[in-house]
Amino acid sequence: MLLIDCPWCGPRDENEFQYGGEAHIARPKDPALLSDAQWADYLFMRGNPKGRHRERWMHRSGCRRWFNVERDTVSHAITAVYRMGEAPPATAKPAATGDATSAEPRSSGDPGQWPAGGAE
Amino acid sequence: MADPSALSPLAGRSPSSRADGAAGALPPGVGQGGVVMAERALVGKLVLRGDADDAGFRDAVRGALGFDLPLAANTASGAESTTALWLGPNEWLVATAPGAETAAAVSLKVALSGRHASVTDVSDSRTVIRLSGANARDVLAKGCPIDLHPRVFGPGRVAQSLVARAGVILHQVDESPTFDLYVVASFAGYLWDWLVDAAAEFGVAAGR
Amino acid sequence: MSEQSHRLDAAAAPGRIDRGHPLRFVFNGRGYEGFAGDTLASALIANGVHLVGRSFKYHRPRGIVGSGSEEPNALVQLRTGERTEPNVRATQAELFDGLIASSQNCWPSVGFDLGAINDMASRILPAGFYYKTFMWPPSAWMFYEGLIRRAAGLGRAPDDPDPDRYEKRFAHCDVLVVGAGPAGLAAALAAARAGARVVLCDEQAEMGGQLLAHPRGVGAVIDGRPALDWASAALGELASNKDVTLLPRTTCFGYYDHNALALAERVADHVAKPRQFQPRQRLWKLRARRVVLATGAIERPLVFRDNDRPGIMLAGSAAAYGMRYGAAVGRRVLVFTNNDSAYRAALALFDAGVGIAGIVDLRPAASGKPVEDARARGIEVLAGWALTATDGPSKVRAALAMQLDEAGAGVQGPIRRIECDAIAMSGGWNPAVHLYSQARGKLRYDGAQGIFLPGRTEQALAVAGSCNGAWSLGACLAEGAAAGAAAAEAAGFTAASAPAPAAAEENDSPARLLWVVPSDRPLGEGGKHFVDFQNDVTAADIGLAVREGYKSVEHLKRYTTSGMGTDQGKLGNVHALGILAEVTAAEPGAVGTTTFRPPYTPVGFGTLAGRDVGALADPVRTTAMHGWHVAAGAVFEDVGQWKRPHYYPRPGESLHDAVNREVKAARTGVGILDASTLGKIDIQGPDAAEFLNRIYTNAWTKLEIGRARYGFMCREDGMVFDDGVTTRLAAGHFHMTTTTGGAARVLSWLEEWAQTEWPELRVYMTSVTEQWAVAAIAGPHARALLAKVGTGIDLDAKAFPFMAMREGNVAGIPARVFRISFTGELSYEINVPARYGMALWQALMAAGAEFGITPYGTEAMHVLRAEKGFVIVGQDTDGTVTPIDLGMDWIVSKAKDFIGKRSLSRADTARGDRKQLVGLLTDDPRVVLPEGGQIVAELKPEPPMAMLGHVTSSYFSANLDRSIALALVRNGRQRIGAALHVPLADRNIRVKVVEPKFIDPEGRRQDG
Ligand SMILES: [Zn+2]
Repeated sequence: MLLIDCPWCGPRDENEFQYGGEAHIARPKDPALLSDAQWADYLFMRGNPKGRHRERWMHRSGCRRWFNVERDTVSHAITAVYRMGEAPPATAKPAATGDATSAEPRSSGDPGQWPAGGAE
Repeated sequence: MADPSALSPLAGRSPSSRADGAAGALPPGVGQGGVVMAERALVGKLVLRGDADDAGFRDAVRGALGFDLPLAANTASGAESTTALWLGPNEWLVATAPGAETAAAVSLKVALSGRHASVTDVSDSRTVIRLSGANARDVLAKGCPIDLHPRVFGPGRVAQSLVARAGVILHQVDESPTFDLYVVASFAGYLWDWLVDAAAEFGVAAGR
Repeated sequence: MSEQSHRLDAAAAPGRIDRGHPLRFVFNGRGYEGFAGDTLASALIANGVHLVGRSFKYHRPRGIVGSGSEEPNALVQLRTGERTEPNVRATQAELFDGLIASSQNCWPSVGFDLGAINDMASRILPAGFYYKTFMWPPSAWMFYEGLIRRAAGLGRAPDDPDPDRYEKRFAHCDVLVVGAGPAGLAAALAAARAGARVVLCDEQAEMGGQLLAHPRGVGAVIDGRPALDWASAALGELASNKDVTLLPRTTCFGYYDHNALALAERVADHVAKPRQFQPRQRLWKLRARRVVLATGAIERPLVFRDNDRPGIMLAGSAAAYGMRYGAAVGRRVLVFTNNDSAYRAALALFDAGVGIAGIVDLRPAASGKPVEDARARGIEVLAGWALTATDGPSKVRAALAMQLDEAGAGVQGPIRRIECDAIAMSGGWNPAVHLYSQARGKLRYDGAQGIFLPGRTEQALAVAGSCNGAWSLGACLAEGAAAGAAAAEAAGFTAASAPAPAAAEENDSPARLLWVVPSDRPLGEGGKHFVDFQNDVTAADIGLAVREGYKSVEHLKRYTTSGMGTDQGKLGNVHALGILAEVTAAEPGAVGTTTFRPPYTPVGFGTLAGRDVGALADPVRTTAMHGWHVAAGAVFEDVGQWKRPHYYPRPGESLHDAVNREVKAARTGVGILDASTLGKIDIQGPDAAEFLNRIYTNAWTKLEIGRARYGFMCREDGMVFDDGVTTRLAAGHFHMTTTTGGAARVLSWLEEWAQTEWPELRVYMTSVTEQWAVAAIAGPHARALLAKVGTGIDLDAKAFPFMAMREGNVAGIPARVFRISFTGELSYEINVPARYGMALWQALMAAGAEFGITPYGTEAMHVLRAEKGFVIVGQDTDGTVTPIDLGMDWIVSKAKDFIGKRSLSRADTARGDRKQLVGLLTDDPRVVLPEGGQIVAELKPEPPMAMLGHVTSSYFSANLDRSIALALVRNGRQRIGAALHVPLADRNIRVKVVEPKFIDPEGRRQDG
């Protein structure tokens, strides 16, 4: 159960929040100009890094604001929380960055080490 | 004058109605309790949206309500029977005495005309359960993930969160402690029953 | 009154029991007596009872091994009837008057067990036996599983509902201290004195940990006074601090991310029955700013031949039974050890009046103070010797000892038989790193001690005491005090620099690590070296598993089942790793451990469920008119958490009778539906119309004030997401409706786009779903009914056309009246503030009597809309359907962009042969297709057949006097007029593909 520091309400339990996937994927300004491949890249392709990941969360049971979180996908350590429209923190570069209009499909990222199998 | 055709979501409920449908009131000895519960029926409620960074907006609201909106997250402000609760950086809930919401809405709309702001009457969307008594915090702790310890939460503080499986706007009214729980109408029955059941071990009495 | 044959003299071994307070109990049908303060295990031992059960696989007789949560064998069925509970560790079950318990895993009785034949047949039950034998043929596993479970079984669940209450609660603290032994107490004191909010929990009934029971603790001196006096003063100080919460009988069983912890408090397990409203157990969901783990250490057994006979137990536990409970585990106890701690156990037992048969020490050069103290008492010490076998049918009665060779790989010389009635063994102590490891803490292996110690972690926690490898009392106190002060400081408090509680430091001689104690026969012959008592895993099994290729620790665990019991290998895991390392010639540190997962000890389902049972299992949402529906005898349908009237049966009517009547009334007279649950969103702002343009597939800018429009929302992939009617109330003010199930989802969707993608758009959304109660009236008489109740609105069709909204007073109630229709009939949706919902409904019912007004439920609503071919998002769509697939090209704007538009021209989305919405008519009009039925073009005698799609909606339409269905069919638009088939298990149904509009395709009826 993560403890997420809502930029307005402060630290709250994860179950008050809704996850919104990778952050900083801007909607293309004019989708009609994109090729199918470019559009598919925006639509489907997401980084899946082992390590720091910038992602969106919404404080569903609280102030209902969307904001960004930088979270380590291995340790779950949250290294930054910042509001929509604010620049990401100048900490270590996350393992994958978004570039919505890139014609090249992004790497799907390192799937990371699968956790040890289920109990029993 | 109360309108007999107007029904609040919890009309007819009392702390002695058991959630499990068991017949009759709570057993003897229970009812003198550490928890007091009441519905504040048909309290007026307006959702006010606007730009908190705009001094003109703030001034207009002060002019209409007679007090400053709370700008700090999760706090309340108010005067007389009107209270404004912070819900978001551009969102407040204005609670008025029953029936006073229409006049409040009109004066807000007039004051805010020409600005990008909105006033929406949600008086019937939610009702208010007032919970007080020595064990009020113990009851809330059974279902609310917010830390309500006096060191970190107190009168004038607001939190939007969950109590059991119902979303609530929680407002601590006084130090006794008294809490107002604003709950969506269709969840009010569930939350009421849940609170009565949670409070049973402390004893629960009807408040007003 | 039975005599407590093995109760020690009160003067020599007072213990923590109340001898003035006897308690009666029954075990396996026989009455016994114990004392307040006993556990079931200590009371049994005080009565000379060691045989408590049969092992899982071989059904070997087993006795009590430990004295706490590590116990693998003494699992009992506690209580009877509705409160009966399986798998209770007798070592943790507190005695109460009238307690009834029985053994598990034995039939017909613990003394004579038919399953013990498994032991004689153990040659055919090797490691991996279940996998090897019962997997063929594959279909037979289900059959085998039933037999295995009955023969093996671990107790039984009660047949009746649990009568007790279980609670859950949230809690917050600055510092959580887990474990109230010396380190935990010192930590809690230091943190509390700094002003922090402290929670101190301990799984035992009495706090104090090893000060209560351990030879190092009992009789020790802290700060110049007896250790127990110090502990009781410490607990007194903590109890009087209002910011400290003491939780005895509370197991911290789960350590999750960001210092979220789960604790199970056994509030009333120690009494026969909880008081009224008192919970039996309470689950604490705790968030701590800092955590101090002072979870202590768990003693290891020694893996020697036939080390599982009743009476063979951990040395520290043997001492605990003597010192804490005044109960003698035997009259002649043989001690077998590889370290100094068992000497202290022997000394404590000796001083309490228990006979010691000798001390067998694996170390050839036993020396140091404990050894000297033992010899000074005349206790024989056999240094460099090993036990090679034990004897005794249902309890140990003798052991055989031989001298070890220098390498410890074999034994030599004469065999010596030592008569004894108990063996106290010690293979050293494992730090209880379970919670630390759950918290993703990395462990490091200490080769000298043969133990895993806390290494590195990213959680805000500290480890103190023997959990951290501190073995002397002084070190435990010092570490605890330092960790508590540091935790408080880290949480923002200032800790006074007071000296830590002081006690003597006492260092032990090193232990001798032998993962398997050799005997005079090869491993696996002539007896068994048990590693995991509960799962009957032997050292030979581990060797076999490795030979068969299961060399990874995780594979080994699953193949041998070592460490998979209710004790999760608290005793044997490190031995299993050590043996694995030895066999594979690796370092135990390199072999690693299996993953420690919650829960630390088993947690009952009742505790996890709490009060979320029965009527409170899930919220039941009801509308303002609910009371009327109940009184009218409605049958309700769950729509999400809502209770909606499904239909309103009259006496004697079936579902179909009622629905047929309801749908006819709506087309011939007037029907009334409670439509309050539809989602409603108030949208305001100068850019509201532009916002809707981007959200909906159709255009909104030119919609006139007072007019409404139906719209589809798509996700960015072009698939239909929700639908509804939105009305323009003013230039910058709209009233949106959504599906009932989509209300929250759509608002969240709108907020997401407004906040994250288009913050420049000036628009505010507010949910008004529950502000308005909605009565929808439909049918030819709808207008007349409105006229009769009075509205203050010009109801003329020209003045108040279809898809328009007017404000008025309906039956004197302020209302918004929308002329929209989900039935195809003349229809009005009357919205009033929810407080007046009941009054509105009653007024309409009263006025509608002369028109035969008929309330109809969701089933009739579904039939009525299907007759018109109106889709229900989520029923006729499933997230893979575009508006074009639904044949609604007209609703998709070519002129503007909207969410999902670009996807509609992706190659796959633009294919002509996608699954498309069509109507289906069965050849036989009486046959109603099953929803979900697969559709094929060509019938074959049996599957597989090429599937073209499936039936999404299917009803009997009383208005058409025949069945109708909607379906998604591959290339369906091109198949209109064709015949297809719906093959079912017992028959095939032929259908004709038709336009998905069965009644009034021109839409004339909606004007009345
Ligand atoms: Zn928030």
